[in-house]
Amino acid sequence: MRRLICVLVCSALSVNVLAAGGGAALAGSGPTELNLSAIAMFLVFVVATLGITYWAAGRTRSSSDYYAAGGRITGTQNGLAIAGDFMSAASFLGISGLVYTSGYDGLIYSVGGLVGWPLVLFLLSERLRNLGRYTFADAVSYRLSAGPIRTLAACGTLVVVLLYLIGQMVGAGTLIQVLFGLPYEVAVILVGVLMVLYVSFGGMIATTWVQIIKAALLLTGSTVLAIMVMLEFGFSFERLFSEAIAVHPKGASVMNPGGLVSDPVSALSLGVALVFGTAGLPHILMRFFTVPDAREARKSVFVATGLIGYFYLLTFVMGFGAIVLVSQEPRFLIEGGLRGGNNMAAIHLAQAAAGDLFLGFISAVAFATILAVVSGLTLSGASAISHDLFSNVLRRGQASEDEVVRVSKISSGLLGVLAVGLGMAFEGQNVAYMVLLAFAVAASVNFPILLLSMYWRGLTTRGAVAGGSAGLLTAVGCMILGPTIWVEILGFDEPVFPYRYPALFSMTVSFVCIMVVSRLDRSPRARREAAAFEGQYVRSITGMGASGAVDH
Amino acid sequence: MDKLYARIFADPEFQALQRRRGRFVWTLSGTIFLSFYLYVFIIAFRPEWLAVRLGPHTVINWGVMVGVGLILLGFILTGLYVIRANGFYDPAARAIVDRLSAED
Repeated sequence: MRRLICVLVCSALSVNVLAAGGGAALAGSGPTELNLSAIAMFLVFVVATLGITYWAAGRTRSSSDYYAAGGRITGTQNGLAIAGDFMSAASFLGISGLVYTSGYDGLIYSVGGLVGWPLVLFLLSERLRNLGRYTFADAVSYRLSAGPIRTLAACGTLVVVLLYLIGQMVGAGTLIQVLFGLPYEVAVILVGVLMVLYVSFGGMIATTWVQIIKAALLLTGSTVLAIMVMLEFGFSFERLFSEAIAVHPKGASVMNPGGLVSDPVSALSLGVALVFGTAGLPHILMRFFTVPDAREARKSVFVATGLIGYFYLLTFVMGFGAIVLVSQEPRFLIEGGLRGGNNMAAIHLAQAAAGDLFLGFISAVAFATILAVVSGLTLSGASAISHDLFSNVLRRGQASEDEVVRVSKISSGLLGVLAVGLGMAFEGQNVAYMVLLAFAVAASVNFPILLLSMYWRGLTTRGAVAGGSAGLLTAVGCMILGPTIWVEILGFDEPVFPYRYPALFSMTVSFVCIMVVSRLDRSPRARREAAAFEGQYVRSITGMGASGAVDH
Repeated sequence: MDKLYARIFADPEFQALQRRRGRFVWTLSGTIFLSFYLYVFIIAFRPEWLAVRLGPHTVINWGVMVGVGLILLGFILTGLYVIRANGFYDPAARAIVDRLSAED
């Protein structure tokens, strides 16, 4: 059950599943022989994306180009990029692997992964676009005091980004070791170097196009794979499911939900982390600034939701296909499971259903997927450092554009070095809890201050800083004192905090603190902030005065 | 700009528009949010409901239909919102802004 639940959270974005669920199995299997066709296809991807980076570097002149692709990305393109951010190697390999082992339960995670998107659209996306320029902190600090608020938002962003990067790096190293036969260190350094190149030279333009290309490749690959599977079953789902029931150890119950969550607190807490964590992920929120207006921002969520939903349905077909086509073939099996771990179900399926060349293609796509996701994360972290901390807090908005972009490039380099170092330090370790924590922090810091700044007149700087910090500390504290770290890693007998998922509690603490402290705040600044709400509200709805919009 | 913001905010037509928009937004948000939690709680407490097959001659059960249905519901609701917001709320708000700016 634990593994199932952790995948639910992981599935949303990261390759952590690989490090967590299948990580041990993957690492145990050791490097395989060099996979030349996969490496060749991956090299084509790398050359093409470096070409795009070169082209993007030429088009990146202002800081608006660097951080927001000049606001010239269309809604459809941005939808693809958002879907790309969300369709990680974890969704692709992790969910199909989960369907392979547990059947129906895989679908539950897909549903959970999708539900956050309509809420992001209804509540956040258009207002965010109308209020901000480069980071979500722009929107929050619209009427609140920039210094403290941006510091808090940048902390929230950097914590989420770093936790995520560790997971991605560890997952990437392990996956590439298995798929390409490259040593772990080489894989991690390769990912680190490429992501820094994309981000520092090509900025948002390159990062977006890398993500779009990868999303298109991943959707194409998955579609072809699903069609190849259905071809084997005469395009009859009835036959696919019947044959899966016949060969799966769970028998007929492979079609049924099985023991996901038994206590309502865990269910609720997990749901909170997944849905509201998604709505607080800085590298996703950042994408809404790359489109020209609220209209295109909405369209991009619609496109993204459709593509993500479609992709999840494909993973369901792939997982069931693997039950029939892979689990019966001795060449894919070692004792106790799949060669390379159960997350390799989709990879083996590619070979079983479509042959070696397609296997190479799917492996290259999996690598590209990791690369694109870490690039988005790095850009988001670099924006928080340069735009929020350096430009607006340290220099109080007086820094020149060139200076800020230069700081951003240096930051992305530093983040790259840090990510590679942490990736090496955590080699072979279970880092699934880091993603849980990243989601909990996003749901407890970024999401509450963003939502309340847009919807509640009474929010004050003091309240936001108090509540956001309290949420951050509660999330981290509960995670450390909970079963995952306190018992399983530190080796104590009893957890101090009984639940595995802190999000329900830390988000509640955050909201309550924000509201209580804001209400008690009688300072003149608090009155000014409340008075500025009307203007902010009108702008968030109409887009008047928004960057890139036509001023009246 | 601040004066114009204040006049837009106080405009009765704008406020009526925002009330309509608010009702629409919270209805959609509530629908998707409650459906998801209902689903999670059924899985937690009454998973056998989802194991019921659609008919005697099929292995496909309600669980698959509901899961796929929820993904479709999310997609349909986002589509509804985008059509409504891009086709009606935005132009309506724009018209109010234009009217009030012209009075300046």
